[in-house]
Amino acid sequence: MTTLPPKFETWFATRGWAIHPHQQAMLNQADAPALMLIAPTGGGKTLAGFLPSLLELSDGQHDGLHTLYVSPLKALAADIKRNLRTPVAEMDLPIRIEDRTGDTSYTQKRRQRADPPHILLTTPESLALLTSYEDAPHIFKGLQRIIVDEIHALAESKRGDQLMLALSRLQTLAPNLRRVGLSATVEDPDAIAAELACHPDPCAIINADPGPDPDISMLITQEKPPWTGGGAKYAIPAVLEQVKNHKTTLIFHNTRAQAEIFFHNLWLANIDDLPIGIHHGSLAREQRERVEAAMVAGELRAIVCTGSLDLGIDWGDVDLVVQVGAPKNVKRLVQRIGRANHRYNAPSKALLVPANRFEVVECVAALEAVKEHDLDGDRKGPGPRDVLCQHILITACAGPFDADQLYQEIKTVGAYRTLSRAAFDDCLDFCATGGYALRAYDKWKRLLQTADGLWQLRDPRAAQRIRMNIGTIQDTDTLKVRMKGNFKALGEVEEAFAATLTPGDTFLIGGQVVRYENLKEMTVEVSRRGDKTPKIATFMGTKFANSTQLSQRILRMFEQPNWPELPAHTAEWLGLQRRVSKLPEADRILVENFPHEGRHHICVYGFAGRNAMQTLGMLVTQRMEELNLHPLGFVATDYATLIWGLDPIDDPAPLFKPDNIRADFETWLSGNAVMKKTFRGAATIAGLIERNLPQARKSGRQATFSSDILYDTLAKYDPDHLMMRITREEAMRGLVDFGRIEEMLSRTAGRIDHIALDRVTPLSLPMFLEQGRIAVAGAGQDRILEEEAARLMHEAGVGSL
Amino acid sequence: MSLDLPYGLPQEQSMNAYSFLFCQTRCTALPSGALHLPDHDVLCVSDLHLGKSERIARRSGVMLPPYEVVETLQKLETDIAATNPDHIICLGDSFDDLDAAISLNEDMRLWLARLQAGKTWVWIEGNHDPGPVDMGGTHKADITVGTLTFRHIATNATAEVSGHYHPKHRVTGRSRPAFLCDTQRLIMPAYGAYTGGLASHAPELRKLFNGRIMAILTGHKAIPVPIT
Repeated sequence: MTTLPPKFETWFATRGWAIHPHQQAMLNQADAPALMLIAPTGGGKTLAGFLPSLLELSDGQHDGLHTLYVSPLKALAADIKRNLRTPVAEMDLPIRIEDRTGDTSYTQKRRQRADPPHILLTTPESLALLTSYEDAPHIFKGLQRIIVDEIHALAESKRGDQLMLALSRLQTLAPNLRRVGLSATVEDPDAIAAELACHPDPCAIINADPGPDPDISMLITQEKPPWTGGGAKYAIPAVLEQVKNHKTTLIFHNTRAQAEIFFHNLWLANIDDLPIGIHHGSLAREQRERVEAAMVAGELRAIVCTGSLDLGIDWGDVDLVVQVGAPKNVKRLVQRIGRANHRYNAPSKALLVPANRFEVVECVAALEAVKEHDLDGDRKGPGPRDVLCQHILITACAGPFDADQLYQEIKTVGAYRTLSRAAFDDCLDFCATGGYALRAYDKWKRLLQTADGLWQLRDPRAAQRIRMNIGTIQDTDTLKVRMKGNFKALGEVEEAFAATLTPGDTFLIGGQVVRYENLKEMTVEVSRRGDKTPKIATFMGTKFANSTQLSQRILRMFEQPNWPELPAHTAEWLGLQRRVSKLPEADRILVENFPHEGRHHICVYGFAGRNAMQTLGMLVTQRMEELNLHPLGFVATDYATLIWGLDPIDDPAPLFKPDNIRADFETWLSGNAVMKKTFRGAATIAGLIERNLPQARKSGRQATFSSDILYDTLAKYDPDHLMMRITREEAMRGLVDFGRIEEMLSRTAGRIDHIALDRVTPLSLPMFLEQGRIAVAGAGQDRILEEEAARLMHEAGVGSL
Repeated sequence: MSLDLPYGLPQEQSMNAYSFLFCQTRCTALPSGALHLPDHDVLCVSDLHLGKSERIARRSGVMLPPYEVVETLQKLETDIAATNPDHIICLGDSFDDLDAAISLNEDMRLWLARLQAGKTWVWIEGNHDPGPVDMGGTHKADITVGTLTFRHIATNATAEVSGHYHPKHRVTGRSRPAFLCDTQRLIMPAYGAYTGGLASHAPELRKLFNGRIMAILTGHKAIPVPIT
């Protein structure tokens, strides 16, 4: 057992702290090559991670970089720097701590490379960039430990894959490197541990006391939740009452747009002028920092926020977490709840606020899952090859490399341990020559093999472009928003949203209503406007799909004869659906059709999650297009897809037959927007499309345009190109999520119930106000476009021609 | 009737093309973005940008799918077969730069030569390809056909057909490459496969026109629509 040196003992004692058992365990196993700690928020997790480093560095003997700390958020790195400097200063330890993120100044970054601190706090992207420099061996030569914080969050995304690839590089540069992961409660710790370790090393797991179960319930309001929508405006008075009764409340939303609307409405009702702030990823940095500072200083009673506050930044005394909108995913809900009562061994208090009637059902299902500790999670596939391509390019930036050695190094990454040499060579060939069937770039290869067999950049100047494109975060194209005549940005909106604005339109940003004036040099100029109801800023935020586990719970609830656990209004609604149509069943697909406002509608209940239901909409409308049924559009939620069109469909059931859907999927893959978006993501990560040009930023619109064309061209001339294969693979998960359609098809095995009705059904009602309707670009749209063009021609006085 | 817009010639509308009278010359906008002058047996295409992927690879190391030349020539071959013109005008920026013209591979050169066989072929110079190219055809700054003058970048001249701006126009939320014209000026969409576009409401485009503008959308079908 490692005992604390007297200096540390004294420091703990003066604080009135005793070392937690898991902190002691981390010290005892400090020599393990890989070690993962699972602890709830507020359990002294970060200190547990750093304690061995502080001990090892306390004698002042270590020269250069000792510990690297990586977190998914820049803010977290800054926060940890603050928190870590306190004990270091108080114990007078000879340790230099610095952070390095996208926000760090150029001169500071230069200096860090020449003279690294003992402890460097950074993000996966900044770390990948560091490994791309020629002086990487110098920077990392003495590195002893790497601490990956919030590893559960990183492990879910390509950022985690990129980080682990960077770790394999570091392990070669610093063979004694020990790896430490810090994680919140997860459903499969072994999987994450296996990704952290240098394969095939084992990884020990330390479980901290998870603390008492959370005190969590659904907020019951006087007013009934509305049929549709995600704003939860009805709950504003009740939420405000809760804010008054607690010290500090975090109010989580699933999307940025919803957070903006809720914040706006909250202030309209906030007659007591309680200090309430807003925080989400689309806000300008200065604005977010102001809110963060106010929060740390305890000046705010509540923060309306999104996932940007999901991770473990210490916000002080939060005693209530409110989740507005169904949580969609139990694991995330549990992690959010953990934000309340940042004190070990005190139960967290949380309230769920369903935004509409269906979400009442979802919230009740989620509450039961939390009670039963039934966390959800989808298994990850093998390491993505687009990230691997980027890693190869990053490696080439640092200097000539040997392909055999690089391959062996990559195989030490858990997610890539099964990577075949052929698959690796594919990626290398893509990086070197483009990997096209038509070998067109012999003269202009990106990578060349030198006489001694090493690979290097043909043009060393290309390194700068590659570095500017490092990262795997999929940013939608956004435009800065600022007040006219003022240079300070208010935040960002998506370009697609900006394109829908005409001068005079109003929208919400940073909690204020602004009026769109014009677009100037890729910046949206606005003026202040307090009077109008705003048009909504449709930031995409992240629309999470309901997890499979949660969907199954809901279907099980539908089997009950009645629902005593649901509020009466919701139980009655489900009962009404059962009387006029039927409730969806887990082993059958329910298809309703009915007319509404002059259009023919089909509603199909598949419970496969938002992304898969959206894909289903695309597949079915494509088939309808082929049958000349003139579909116009569709909208998908986690549980159903609603399709409308110009022609009636008397027998929609064949459209949903498994064989048809599977066959359609193959043809459909070649040309649709979601595939193009998936392609664009993979092609950007792999370095086929550039994100940031060294010169002025390419307009996002042009980028969208050209990547779609690249996709079409490849589909036509080179369908087996690496990027196409990656796109097809990703289509099974992610945005296309055909994997869950397959799950739905096998669960229902061709059992389809078709019910024809003369009006909208209770369960389909929420679909009608759902955001994110998708138009079908087909004959139906051409018909409407021609009608519109003819109308405009007629108005222009040339209609008779 | 008095109209200040080039108007359609209903008796000649084929399935998907759109015919209209521009400065007393009969013109047909093809859905592909080519312009056909049936009375003069002329087919005009603008901004082919051949060799764009090669130029990008040479300059940046990024290697786009090298299929845009095939795609563009395939389209051109189809339009030539459909209209069987005597004269073909490439209205500038036919090559993404002069080096791209030189580097065009042998197959593509032969294909281009096949397309040129039996036709008068005019390369109008553009800002991307200001000099003559080592390929069949004549190199010119501009050319006059009947009442119309063809040049790459619009000037103040009347009865002028030009390219350069890659105009696009948006109707019911869909943006498509489009011809833009008023009574004196016709600006063609880009024909090449890897070409971006400039929205029809951009001031650079708007200032070239006086009075009312008509857009002819390309796509499955050439669809005329007035710009309001």
